Amino acid sequence: MIPSILEPEFMEQTLAGAAGKLIGAGPLLNDSPAWLQALRSSAWQRFEALPMPQRTDETWRFSNVRGLDLSAYCAPQPLAADAGDDLVARSQGLDQISGRMVFGNDRLLSREALSEQLRERGVLWLSLEEAVEQHPDLVRKHFMREDAILGSQKFAALHQSQVRAGTFLYVPRGVEVALPLESFHWMAEQAGACFPHTLIIAEERSKVTVVDYLQSADPASDGFACGVSDLWLGAGAQVTYVCVQDWSAKARSFQLNSTVVGRDARALALNLQLGSAAVRSESVSHLRGEGGRSEMLSLALTLGRQELDQRTFQIHEVPHTSSDLLYKVALDDVSRSIFSGVIRVNPGAHQTDAYQKVRNLLLSDEAEANSAPGLEIEADDVRCTHGATTGQIDEEELFYLLSRGIPKKEAQKLFVDGFLQEVIARLGHDALGDSLREKVHAKCGSNHHWHL
Amino acid sequence: MTDTDTLDIDRSVGDFSYPEKHEFDAGYGLTADTVNYIANVKGEPEWIREFRLRALDVFEKKPMPTHWASKDLEAINFDKIRYYLAHGQKATRSWDEVPEDVKRTFERLGIPEQERKFLAGVEAQFDSEAVYSNIKKAVGDQGVIFVGSTEGLIKHPEIFRKWFGKVIPTGDNKFSALNSAVFSGGSFIYVPPGVKVKHPLQAYFRINAENFGQFERTLIIADEGSEVMYMEGCTAPKFETATLHSAVVELVALKGAKIQYVTVQNWSANVFNLVTKRAIAHEEAEVKWIDCNIGSRLTMKYPGVVLKGRKARGEVISIALASDGQHQDTGAKMIHAADETTSNIVSKSISVGQGRATYRGMVHMPKHLKGCKNNTECDALMINADSRTDTYPAISVRGTGNAAQHEASVSQISAEQIFYMQQRGLSEAQAMSLSVNGFVNDLVRQFPMEYSVELKRLIDMEMEGSVG
Repeated sequence: MIPSILEPEFMEQTLAGAAGKLIGAGPLLNDSPAWLQALRSSAWQRFEALPMPQRTDETWRFSNVRGLDLSAYCAPQPLAADAGDDLVARSQGLDQISGRMVFGNDRLLSREALSEQLRERGVLWLSLEEAVEQHPDLVRKHFMREDAILGSQKFAALHQSQVRAGTFLYVPRGVEVALPLESFHWMAEQAGACFPHTLIIAEERSKVTVVDYLQSADPASDGFACGVSDLWLGAGAQVTYVCVQDWSAKARSFQLNSTVVGRDARALALNLQLGSAAVRSESVSHLRGEGGRSEMLSLALTLGRQELDQRTFQIHEVPHTSSDLLYKVALDDVSRSIFSGVIRVNPGAHQTDAYQKVRNLLLSDEAEANSAPGLEIEADDVRCTHGATTGQIDEEELFYLLSRGIPKKEAQKLFVDGFLQEVIARLGHDALGDSLREKVHAKCGSNHHWHL
Repeated sequence: MTDTDTLDIDRSVGDFSYPEKHEFDAGYGLTADTVNYIANVKGEPEWIREFRLRALDVFEKKPMPTHWASKDLEAINFDKIRYYLAHGQKATRSWDEVPEDVKRTFERLGIPEQERKFLAGVEAQFDSEAVYSNIKKAVGDQGVIFVGSTEGLIKHPEIFRKWFGKVIPTGDNKFSALNSAVFSGGSFIYVPPGVKVKHPLQAYFRINAENFGQFERTLIIADEGSEVMYMEGCTAPKFETATLHSAVVELVALKGAKIQYVTVQNWSANVFNLVTKRAIAHEEAEVKWIDCNIGSRLTMKYPGVVLKGRKARGEVISIALASDGQHQDTGAKMIHAADETTSNIVSKSISVGQGRATYRGMVHMPKHLKGCKNNTECDALMINADSRTDTYPAISVRGTGNAAQHEASVSQISAEQIFYMQQRGLSEAQAMSLSVNGFVNDLVRQFPMEYSVELKRLIDMEMEGSVG
């Protein structure tokens, strides 16, 4: 009998690390240090104590809070060797990379080693388990240091108590990792649960690009995922982080992202939202050092009955920082989207330059877009602007394409392509951009998964 | 000089007076007895009494909206409020007791002597009988009904009852329920089909203690093809001892009718101003709220239009000035409920000192509608380093037939502009004031002339205090 993730045994099981043998190398969180055990059990208590979100909660406005009963989902089980090999083979990312890790059901399946050169320069690219064992102080200093503040405190606590697999990346001072590092997280179980974790620590003047792929082995399976990715940028660091969320069409997922931007550092985080019946994405940028800049990007095509719930917070904590958010959603069928985002300028954070732009493209009469772009400004010498629009394909432009013999569906696809291109272009990485575009196209061609 | 007996209150003012022209006081706190007392004193029909008692029940059950609204609401002590005071009792202050800054403001704004006393709470009534009679006669000839809410519900139940509480149901929010339980004062206006009221109707014309009361209730019905403009409030500070003002204003614009509702709110800085205002616009009707908030400690007011008929149009023009210790939490709601309806929201706020201006908006376009459009613009101007501004719009759009766009910006007065003007001999305060007036100018122009002149002076005064 596989325990439900809400049963106490499950908690003990993961804490004790007794859930089975890893296929790949590296220890489990078997002999977790005492501090981590304490952190995890207090997180579990928090998870149990915190109430489920209510419709009337301001942070859950417009959201469908049903379907958050987690008792049906089971703990991730170890995969059989051939199943694991199969997933590794299916983990197709970019051609040119610095390294790739593959996780299945929250266990490390494979890791393509980092180049000797990068290792010699001190880059640490480990699974979370290895990092806890080998660099406990670094992990302790950064592991989930920023609280979830946008409504999913309960689920952040759940993640903290359950997480076992993830990527730990430490880039030392002045080191530039030229090619992207990739991590694949596979959920390979009917009604399974998955808790992917990414922790990136980019020291002074370092530079790195990381791509996470979140996928289900069976696109028709049900499942629950609750991931956390934390980026920490020291002075002058440059981090590009892309998260491709492509869980199965029946999955319920959470993705909680925090970014701490140090002095003169530049962070760019992009979410490509493809999968999940319902996805809740929370992204918080802390502009913590003068001259820091954070770009927050998201693109999505929603189909069927999908609900895409994105919440953001741009917190300008010190003077002379900038942030720029661009979220674009194309909605078809009876899908819904929610965007709620706040630009916050703390007292004294002068010369803030903050921007927030949300664009919704409605492709069907039943699609629904909710936007709540917010500003909270407590300093006067600032430039803060936001804009939110919801509209549809221009009749004349559509007519133009139709009159040239392009079928309506094809024309629509072109428009969606053009609409989302603006976000992809901001990435400034051709290969990665092409791969994201292909994924969107693939979704256009996978209608059958979405029409339930 | 605080003895009410010594005040010169004209109790013989004519036809806009109420039957309960004595000193009535429902005491402190709110119970069913309070509500019954009000209904008795006002000699209201039984259905109103029942309406009030039901509302009281709703009020008691509803929680405070502090999960999204300011925690400052918790400072309201409902047991320490007088819910009904008839004439005379409000004027318990002598001219000497009126604070110097208020007197100075009157002076600067050029408020007539007589009005000053009323506004400062020295006199309970303002003798505007002559003006009111003239207006009433002029519009009465056109068949327009322009009376107080109590008179309206007693003398014109056939119209009043049909619409009363229909635009804003009792249970809409905690404060609309409170108003429904204890309302008194406010206007009832009915404009017959096709009548275009030439004179703007002003609450000012029928000023008495009750009209400027705490819980006024206004209902305006513009019948098919009619037009009316209503104005309430004034730019001069209204000195008030009561700390809670909670009005409900309902507008009904029938087919092709046009209503403009102008508010200038300048309560003194101890008042909680929690007002619910909403209109229903039928086919091809137009409703425009012009709203200016200058005073009060906390204002929460989001005028709304339910666009119920095809091609109906709703508009909210809003100016808020939040000075030290003030929180202007204002905005607009546009509920699109028919095809080809359009709405426009333009909001400008100025935060001075430690003032806080908040825009809260809601635009709703449900599915199966075609050709609905909304445009929202919010601009905030920050004057001092510790000023604060927030923007919280919420926009829901369904379907390919509709479009909504929202834009907001926050800025400060450009140092270059100020430098340019100072270079040409203006003082810093003058330059600031010119700049701020420029910021709101396109909206102020939409106000009636006398209001816009006073508004400009008021901004001058606020800027003087904020520089340096």
